[in-house]
Amino acid sequence: MAALESAFLNLGHIETLARKQSKIHQLDPRAKLLTTLIFIITVMSFNRYDLSGVIPFFLYPVMILIIGDLPLIYLVKRFVIVLPFILFIGILNPIIDQNIIMKIGSFSISGGWVSFFSILIRAVLTVFAALTLIATTGFHEICIAMEKIGIPNLFAAQLLFVYRYLFVLIDEASRMVRAKSLRSFSRKGNGLKEWSSIIGHLILRTVDRARRIHLAMLSRGFDGEIRLAHKYVFQLKDILYVLGWTSLFMLMRIFNFSILTGNILQKLMP
Amino acid sequence: MHMADALISPAVGGTMWAASATLIGYNAKKVQKNLDDRTAPLMGVLGAFIFAAQMINFSIPGTGSSGHLGGGMILAILLGPHAAFLTMASVLTIQALFFADGGLLALGCNIFNLGFFPCFIAYPFIYKTIAGNSPTKMRITIGSIFAAIIGLQFGSVAVVLQTVFSGISELPFVKFLFIMQPIHLAIGIVEGFATAAVILFVKNARPELLEPDSHVALQKKVSIKTVLAGIIGITILTAAVFSWFASTNPDGLEWSMFHTSGMEELETPKKDLYSSLSSIQEKTAILPDYGFKKEDSEATESVETWPGVDSGTSLSGLLGGLIIFLFIMGIGLGLKKKKKKAAS
Repeated sequence: MAALESAFLNLGHIETLARKQSKIHQLDPRAKLLTTLIFIITVMSFNRYDLSGVIPFFLYPVMILIIGDLPLIYLVKRFVIVLPFILFIGILNPIIDQNIIMKIGSFSISGGWVSFFSILIRAVLTVFAALTLIATTGFHEICIAMEKIGIPNLFAAQLLFVYRYLFVLIDEASRMVRAKSLRSFSRKGNGLKEWSSIIGHLILRTVDRARRIHLAMLSRGFDGEIRLAHKYVFQLKDILYVLGWTSLFMLMRIFNFSILTGNILQKLMP
Repeated sequence: MHMADALISPAVGGTMWAASATLIGYNAKKVQKNLDDRTAPLMGVLGAFIFAAQMINFSIPGTGSSGHLGGGMILAILLGPHAAFLTMASVLTIQALFFADGGLLALGCNIFNLGFFPCFIAYPFIYKTIAGNSPTKMRITIGSIFAAIIGLQFGSVAVVLQTVFSGISELPFVKFLFIMQPIHLAIGIVEGFATAAVILFVKNARPELLEPDSHVALQKKVSIKTVLAGIIGITILTAAVFSWFASTNPDGLEWSMFHTSGMEELETPKKDLYSSLSSIQEKTAILPDYGFKKEDSEATESVETWPGVDSGTSLSGLLGGLIIFLFIMGIGLGLKKKKKKAAS
């Protein structure tokens, strides 16, 4: 059951990262959430053949990675997990679209390959944007930011509940699976019948746990409404952070810095 | 299957965000109004349960592959559609943030594909119809299998539509559909068996957990004919509207998405939702004047240069719609037969 426990450890690790104290970590979570969303929307608004225009946007994740002092290898491992689906859909582009749209010397490139790499680059950008957001903010803060921005209180509380008991239940599940594998030899006991019994028991334990939690909440004065503590105040630096990045994204969206740089280089080297 | 950020355009992502945000707002209100305060911790811990359960696999005999629990169906059966939708949405949000599974822009799509279809289509119209109010072992099994299959078929059609409308992948509609539907048929069958096995276990051990005391509204008994008529209607409408809009303006696209996804498939019992949809949307919209305004202007830009706009799109939309229609008809016919068998 190594997979179960390593998933659990990985989750814990991202929270450890979120506890760091960098300039990025100290910003208001709302500022970071907004900036991340604007970043993703801008990156995804490019035409599918636009490869060069997207490249300057690497600036953002790289900056966060450096200022936030995040380990690159850990985030790359995370990215590799989600890669297959993107590859599965993207790899068909070169097969379907074979129109030549680019020529470098005698080497011609079809539209399909251009759009394939464009998808790949955008996948890197958007996944890293999400991962750096969580690794510099922490889940609890993001939920509070979302509630302040306007999602219903019940849903924010629900997110926090799920997140809190995630660790407990993954622990519980891995104990059950370990107990099962200790009592059965490697290839046995993996069928639907055994599985449904384990999952069924897990449900029963979950429901019982929920009842105990409810009683504990009641004895602490729960009245049906879940209150979240907000400790952040939107400061000047947060406003500057959002505005600064947004205007940079807009600039990079309007002007293609890759082509500009290429042109300048060509003029310099005749 | 989770949609990824890298495959969708802001227009599609934003539309689906709006749709999902509206549904979250609506369901949060519904849950807060109808259910007692025990539900909050139960929803929370069951959401965490879904994570844990998805990490435990069973092997499928003779194939060498393995399956696990999907989530949406079992939550709907245990919690009722409204609370189940919120729980599923929270699970998907956490997956998007921590596992980067899906992504933030695609979150709306994923909540819709994996939350709305199982909770509001498959559960009330398929599972409840077959399982009925006094479910037997047989009815639960058949009901879960068909509900899982149909929920996933809708979900994967939605993935295809969202990908094709985004215009970032170059997969043509019909081809993509031919790849996705059979895969999800297989996944659906496995998931259906898994769901049935777990539900039967719970029914044996603690039958009171399946008592639908607080599940509201949606569980009127629906005849199989109504279901079929509804599905057929939706299919034709989706094909026609989507393919028409695929060759017109971006606003039209957004609106057609909204109409077909947010309204048509919710069926009739919720008139108040239709009329107040836009006002709820405004109230619950996340980032009311930041992300979406920008996204609008961006959408206009990107769609103008959209290369896939030609008369062929309309044809492929109709063709694909025809195929889904026939496919679902097949399922529907099979369903009717099985139901007759189960009833006799």
